[in-house]
Amino acid sequence: MKALLALFLRDLRIAVRVGGGAMIGVLFFLAVVALMPFAIGPDLALLQRIGPAILWIGALLASLLALDRLLSADLEDGSLDLLLMSGTPLELAVATKALAHWITTGVPLVIATPVFALFLNLDLTATAAVALTLLAGTPALTFIGLIGAGLTVTLRRGGILLSVLVLPLAIPLLIFGVAASNAAIVGPLPFGTPFTILCALTLVSLVLGPFAAALALRQGQD
Amino acid sequence: MGLIDLANPSRFLTFTDRALPWLAGVTAIMFGIGIYFGSLAPDDYQQGATVKIMFLHVPSAWLAMFGWTVMSISALGTLVWRHPLADVAAKAAAPIGAAFTLLCLISGSLWGRPMWGTYWVWDARLTSVFVLFLMYLGVIALWRTIEEPTRAGRVVAILTLVGAINIPIIKYSVEFWNTLHQPASVMRLDGPTIHSSILIPLLIMALAFTLLFITLHLAAMRNEILRRRVRTMQLMQAQAAPGH
Repeated sequence: MKALLALFLRDLRIAVRVGGGAMIGVLFFLAVVALMPFAIGPDLALLQRIGPAILWIGALLASLLALDRLLSADLEDGSLDLLLMSGTPLELAVATKALAHWITTGVPLVIATPVFALFLNLDLTATAAVALTLLAGTPALTFIGLIGAGLTVTLRRGGILLSVLVLPLAIPLLIFGVAASNAAIVGPLPFGTPFTILCALTLVSLVLGPFAAALALRQGQD
Repeated sequence: MGLIDLANPSRFLTFTDRALPWLAGVTAIMFGIGIYFGSLAPDDYQQGATVKIMFLHVPSAWLAMFGWTVMSISALGTLVWRHPLADVAAKAAAPIGAAFTLLCLISGSLWGRPMWGTYWVWDARLTSVFVLFLMYLGVIALWRTIEEPTRAGRVVAILTLVGAINIPIIKYSVEFWNTLHQPASVMRLDGPTIHSSILIPLLIMALAFTLLFITLHLAAMRNEILRRRVRTMQLMQAQAAPGH
């Protein structure tokens, strides 16, 4: 437990210092959101309607971008080998790392969402709905991404492959996240139905992700 | 000869040597019968002759899911039982499964144009099969990225098992989301809802396609074993080369 706490604090500390790049995700998110009106046109009614989808896509891409660093930095400085050799269960260790990663990359995205929603002319209900679905969905993005990171960490230039592998698995999250946000805005479904499914997907990924990633890390060793 | 003897790659090679011509022959005969009966099948009163795309489309869809199932069972074989041929089977199945998925998407889209008035809709069934295609490509990419075959096998096996979640989603997508694609009509608890004049050629074609899959799969496994032998020999040769 103490070791996990130390690992957690270490990852948080690395993320906020130079080279961690936690804030770069938010910057990227901002860039994606800002690009959309250029592509679609400055029609505020249209932007309002597709706003939740834009925010979800932006958050999805931003968290994909950050996934590359989830394990590779540890591989480079050798601390991944220490994790593999230590007595701490690897499943718990990678879950801790993913949790720290979510706090430093996922949570800033959620916090930034209300601000970015202003650009897209979303009203208060819509903004709250999108922020809530992102809060429920981004942990799943990180924990599913953890599987991909475990699979590709030992590969040279595994980053793009990581995105390709993780994106199909993230599609259900995108569907139910956007469905829940839209349900809160226009209906006809109640918000609760897709939101509950989204939460269920997140819970499944919290269980599945660390086990699959730990297995991948063990099998990936020579 | 039991299944356990086939775990030995050399015995497997001898077995496929003998079995492959027979399998290929039976496959060709089944295709002949299937195409003959398929051409005899009456046109549908609504869909006309286009209903015959079904004889290509439905078996490919079935094999698209079958391919991933084969890979998932092989993945279990790799990770749990450490079966020496399991990762060979998984690697050989991936491109074949991807090809049938693509065939299913293309034939479905050609069928959809006259029936639904569009080549593509973002319907639940279509989308989930499309995602399956993407996952096949991802798995193939991962196979190609890791050089050492046994290590690649173990890593890909994990991805395959995670991706296996998609298979029941595809199977039941037409029941979960009631969208444009028609619900299942062959595999039903209360019996098929297709008339026997179409059902029988469809089943023969499904059998023929499955035999084709097995034939191609065994041949691809054979090639993969030989490829690995060549690789091992090259490595040994490189090690034995003077100057090392």
